[in-house]
Amino acid sequence: MIRVPLRPLARILSARQKGENPDAIERENLRLRNEGLRDRARTRAEGRLLFMGVAFFMIFSIIGVRMGLLASTEPTEPRLALPGSEISANRADIVDRNGRILATNLQTYALYAHPQDMIEPARVARELAKLFPDMDAEAMERRFTDGRKFMWLRKKLSPEQMQAVHDIGDPGLLFGSRQMRLYPNGHLAAHVLGGASFGAEGVSSAEVIGIAGVERFEDERLRDPNQTEPLALSIDMTIQAAITDVLDAGMKQMNAKGAAAVLMDVHTGEVLSLVSLPDFDPNDRPTPILTGDPGDSPLFNRAVQGVYELGSTFKIFTVANAMQLGLVTPDTVIDGNSPLVWGKYRIHEFESHNYGYQTVSEVIENSSNVGTARIALQVGGERQKSFMRSLGLFDPSPVELIEAPGARPIVPSRWPEIVTITTSYGHGIAASPMNLAAAYATIANGGSLVTPTLLRRANAVPGDRVMSEDTAHKAIDMLRAVVTKGTASYARIPGYPVGGKTGTADKPNPQGGYYNDRVVNTFASIFPTNDPKYALILTLDEPSDNTMSRARRTAGWTAVPVAAEVIRRVAPLLGLRPVATDNQPVDVMASVGE
Amino acid sequence: MRPFIYVSSFIAVMVLAFWAYRENYATQAMLREVSALNREISGMRAKFDMQKAEWAYLTRPERLERLVNSNFDRLQLLPMDAAQFGAPEEVTYPPEPLFGLTIDPNASQDELIP
Repeated sequence: MIRVPLRPLARILSARQKGENPDAIERENLRLRNEGLRDRARTRAEGRLLFMGVAFFMIFSIIGVRMGLLASTEPTEPRLALPGSEISANRADIVDRNGRILATNLQTYALYAHPQDMIEPARVARELAKLFPDMDAEAMERRFTDGRKFMWLRKKLSPEQMQAVHDIGDPGLLFGSRQMRLYPNGHLAAHVLGGASFGAEGVSSAEVIGIAGVERFEDERLRDPNQTEPLALSIDMTIQAAITDVLDAGMKQMNAKGAAAVLMDVHTGEVLSLVSLPDFDPNDRPTPILTGDPGDSPLFNRAVQGVYELGSTFKIFTVANAMQLGLVTPDTVIDGNSPLVWGKYRIHEFESHNYGYQTVSEVIENSSNVGTARIALQVGGERQKSFMRSLGLFDPSPVELIEAPGARPIVPSRWPEIVTITTSYGHGIAASPMNLAAAYATIANGGSLVTPTLLRRANAVPGDRVMSEDTAHKAIDMLRAVVTKGTASYARIPGYPVGGKTGTADKPNPQGGYYNDRVVNTFASIFPTNDPKYALILTLDEPSDNTMSRARRTAGWTAVPVAAEVIRRVAPLLGLRPVATDNQPVDVMASVGE
Repeated sequence: MRPFIYVSSFIAVMVLAFWAYRENYATQAMLREVSALNREISGMRAKFDMQKAEWAYLTRPERLERLVNSNFDRLQLLPMDAAQFGAPEEVTYPPEPLFGLTIDPNASQDELIP
């Protein structure tokens, strides 16, 4: 910058010559300089202000435009930051104890209509009625043309049906994606699994909810998106299939209207198999019957919901109780003279037998009502009640089925001595086969209470001790004697020592009293008795063996042969090594040679 | 000195702007790829679930039993039985070599007995 001097010499000299005041020149120059400086400063300040204005305007415009954009665009789902942790919306699978699938999901489509988009409602209605026989063409056409904007047509479509609907080619027919629950094994373990249905339904997805059995009981767990691991049940599919097979054949052979079986691991309480016949297909769950006895519906789970008088199978509890209290030993002699008269009641033996004096062990072998009654009278009502309660026979089974808590055992409200007598041999008290299985498992494992479960357990937690190991072993020996010498002789199986107790109970008539020709036969068994591992309860509802001139309805003739066949089939599958049973050595060489 | 700082900061701004521009598009491309991969994964998962369901359906015990029965003449499969268990003592040892000769277990009867 060229600075203009304040007192330029030439102008000063000429001003002096003219007699002017040279200071005026200096002041003038100073003024001009100051004005120049002022103008420059103003321009710069103005430039800066402009720049700031423009910058602020641009920044605020950008923010404004961005806000406008954000407000006007469709929201998108936030991306999950971690790879591999994307939420799986699927309901968790259910698998058996070996990881084989019992329930899984399948991608399918639902069909819905937007009638306002339909080009030829009449033709669409006709074509749909052709595809789905349950649709009525005229009714459909009426509904397509009555001005509605939306209607569901079909909850699930098979791929073939979907293609056929595509081929109708109308823009008013639309598909909604669906997950459906699939039970690939059909009827197998139907009562355990229960079934599933759709809850809240949207166009693009629907909620799958459990409606019965484990599906309902574990609904929260199965729907929890954080738990994608399949739910492992204690059921073994192979064993379940084998027992279903045998039980079905046995039920038909014995002309029973229903049957149930529970196979339980006596150490862990895991239910390896739970069968109730007749059964149903959970993929296509039948509607519950509204009239008649709900117990006749195939949906009825006889093993858990079926609360029956289980008859003589209870006798072992009476005897175990007395042995635990030290009142009797297996060799104590009991007066078993029949009939036993108690007040106005007369207690008889089956088919008016009279066993006379017998040991406690023989009371069980003969299934003597009078003998058991006398032992129960020694025990007394209070101690009998508390022992049975400690075995879990008074409470609903704690298995993981939604139906279980509703099946409360029927226990007499008052407990006079006649109830002590009848309860001792399982009359006037009703429990489910599952209750019985847990109680027998408790005896079989040496006296620790067993809590039944349908979920696979990694390790067994021993329950409270209900009886001493010595008592349990004596009881097991008695159960074995029932098979070798007593009423369950059909359960003698080569290779596997079985112990058990038969039970035959008349069915109560809803009109009062009991039926003469309708019974519930039960065989409660444990095997192998040398080292009990499993308890099997098998119940037949109204069986009758008609192969002889007179129909036979005792458990020894009906339930025991079926149970024996079940054990023969499943014991090798359970990995049990055969052992030489009394008077029945395993003829290994002969069979190997064949 | 000053002009140098001006020029160099201007260049730095341009370089950073170019870098940010490139990063922005690279990120968008990556996000698109991730969502495409996620779609592929969920598609494959759906297919896998379908295969799993189909496998479970094809190996259901009822069907296997039917197959075993219809192929009985070839397979001769029977339910397992206690008699099929053997004891370890019943398993024979391989035969002792005869006069120092080893017997080829695969050799046919004619070769062994001349």
